[in-house]
Amino acid sequence: MSTAEVARQAPDGARSVPLSGHVGFDSMPDQLVNKSVGQGFCFNILCVGETGVGKSTLMDTLFNTKFEGDPTKHSQPSVQLRSSTYELQESNVRLKLTVVNTVGFGDQINKEESYKPIVDFIDEQFEAYLQEELKIKRTLHSYHDTRIHACLYFIAPTGHSLKSLDLVTMKKLDSKVNIIPVIAKSDAITKIELAKFKIKICSELVSNGVQIYQFPTDDETVAEINSAMNGHLPFAVVGSTEELKIGNKMMKARQYPWGTVQVENENHCDFVKLREMLIRVNMEDLREQTHARHYELYRRCKLEEMGFKDTDPDSKPFSLQETYEAKRNEFMGELQRKEEEMRQMFVLRVKEKEAELKEAEKELHEKFDRLKKLHQEEKKKVEDRKKLLDDDLNQFKQKKMAMELLQSQGQQAGGSTTLKKDKERKN
Amino acid sequence: NVRVAREVGLFPAPGADFSYVGIDAILEQMRRKALKKGFELNIMVVGQSGLGKSTLMNTLFKSKVSRRSTQAPPEERIPKTIEIKSVSHDIEEKGVRMKLTVIDTPGFGDQINNKNCWMPIMKFINDQYELYLQEEININRKRRIPDSRVHCCVYFIPPTGHCLRPLDVEFMQRLSKVVNIVPVIAKADTLTLEERDFFKQKIREDLRAHGIDVYPQKEFDEDAEDRATNERIREMIPFAVVGSDQEYQVNGRRLLGRKTKWGTIEVENTAHCEFAFLRDLLIRTHMQNIKDITSSIHYEGYRVRRLNESNAQSNGIAEHDVSASEI
Repeated sequence: MSTAEVARQAPDGARSVPLSGHVGFDSMPDQLVNKSVGQGFCFNILCVGETGVGKSTLMDTLFNTKFEGDPTKHSQPSVQLRSSTYELQESNVRLKLTVVNTVGFGDQINKEESYKPIVDFIDEQFEAYLQEELKIKRTLHSYHDTRIHACLYFIAPTGHSLKSLDLVTMKKLDSKVNIIPVIAKSDAITKIELAKFKIKICSELVSNGVQIYQFPTDDETVAEINSAMNGHLPFAVVGSTEELKIGNKMMKARQYPWGTVQVENENHCDFVKLREMLIRVNMEDLREQTHARHYELYRRCKLEEMGFKDTDPDSKPFSLQETYEAKRNEFMGELQRKEEEMRQMFVLRVKEKEAELKEAEKELHEKFDRLKKLHQEEKKKVEDRKKLLDDDLNQFKQKKMAMELLQSQGQQAGGSTTLKKDKERKN
Repeated sequence: NVRVAREVGLFPAPGADFSYVGIDAILEQMRRKALKKGFELNIMVVGQSGLGKSTLMNTLFKSKVSRRSTQAPPEERIPKTIEIKSVSHDIEEKGVRMKLTVIDTPGFGDQINNKNCWMPIMKFINDQYELYLQEEININRKRRIPDSRVHCCVYFIPPTGHCLRPLDVEFMQRLSKVVNIVPVIAKADTLTLEERDFFKQKIREDLRAHGIDVYPQKEFDEDAEDRATNERIREMIPFAVVGSDQEYQVNGRRLLGRKTKWGTIEVENTAHCEFAFLRDLLIRTHMQNIKDITSSIHYEGYRVRRLNESNAQSNGIAEHDVSASEI
């Protein structure tokens, strides 16, 4: 047995020990990635912007597919959210992409409540996740996560400044979702106007305290590119699913009489930057921020609203437990009340039925009595008649006997002539 | 679609095929995140003293990670009751950082009367689940809940060559329900290959007869491929291992081994013992899976029991599952 090695004491009490050979746990990231590939990924994008600003087209361009849906009309009475889920696959990665569109945003005359359906929708997704997390028997690892990971906010290309609707909406959303503002249809703005526009937008966002999503700069691998990109926000994008032949290649572009805007040309617009940041570099971080920051905030607020508190470390009660119990009691009470109600209803019904049946029984009895009486009367009648007949019969018998007696007497006394005579008389 | 292989952070070269969206870049993003976060692994070793538990842990992780190595024991003593001693180390390999915690259980099986010796161990495992649960249901909870749950319990079977002892059966029966158990035949260099095969077969029969589900459990095989891989592992369980932290010169190479008068047992030689299979299972291929089963099956099971029993206690009614969403 060798003596103990002197080892450094790390802050959390674990010591750092050197390895004397290859152990093999460097395969852990691969194991983790393999598991995730097996499970598939979820990514949910919310597109907020006025009707006709190019949301659907941009989604189609970003993901190289034609998502379903017809362009919406401008006559929506209120803002609605339309969500569609698609399964995309690239090499061995399966992605469940959900695109949520705000339909009718900015179309109403009174836009004061426009942000509400959006906020409600986002909260609903958090709520659904929270409910699943609070369940007793839960399946979190196979739960289809519908929480919004990124919100693309489409700014109309006016070239001046943000609309008040934009400011209000973004302010309401910034604590609930990662906001990535984009300038839509940016081929309508010249380069110089665009630069001024971007500066104006950024300063307005800052002065109104709107927290947009910052690409993370803590990992050295991507810190540089992310911080550079942070400076290009909001991204000026152009979307197009039409491919035109430019030079000797087919490219996504928009053709005008005065020239062609190439979507994937970085000199023309920031589409490539958006795709890079949104998908290729920070998709995982967007998901993580949604879970670790926005969802946790929602959860905390919701639980505090429901009346929980974390007590101090020594007497940590099962606070959620208590409300489970309280709610359970309430539920049980509710159940009992319902049961009581039903029982009373049942008793009532039974009584009614009983009364009905008694009625029927009574009727039957009466009928029976009547019939019996009738029967007795009939019987009596029959008996009377029978008696009469019997009497008749008896009389007849008596008469017959008397006759026979007379005859036998006559026979003994006289001759058989009387008998004959009687016989003749009888015949 | 032809896709240009690209490093994260560079734009595609001009002229590259632009029908590539880049969804699969998420794999690289996940890898980056994992490297940054690092990993945690908590292994528990259970077995009588003298079976080579500490040595095996040191051999597995090629460093002095066991309890023995971090304390300088004045003299060897067998504790009067079972103690649970937990030691953590930060190890790093090719940029991957891992916090490894080895939980030792000195005193297990060493008493004259070993009745209920599984209890303190069961309690420890459940306590870790409880700790995690408490943190999870906090309102203000940590971004990353510290995971002290026992991912894997390596159970050391003494190389008797016969069959499982009642203590082994009792322990594994109870604990396989709350933790992943990996049984190993300790000090397997005392068995010949035939004895070893016979012993293993007997053990497998005993496990089956008592309904003991050791890792990898049949019911958690996800698909046909999984099942095939795991069946091969299940046919080898329990692994017959030999541990050593001494290197010897064998055929011009320096190898971990045990030198005896009749030869040198090479620990990593699969013809000599099955250490390499154990290492591959625990570390190189199934580590993530072991942790997943712990968190999504064992921990969830504990959570369900705990939430239900508290409900039943307070209401005095028989337990049945009511989810919060129904309430």
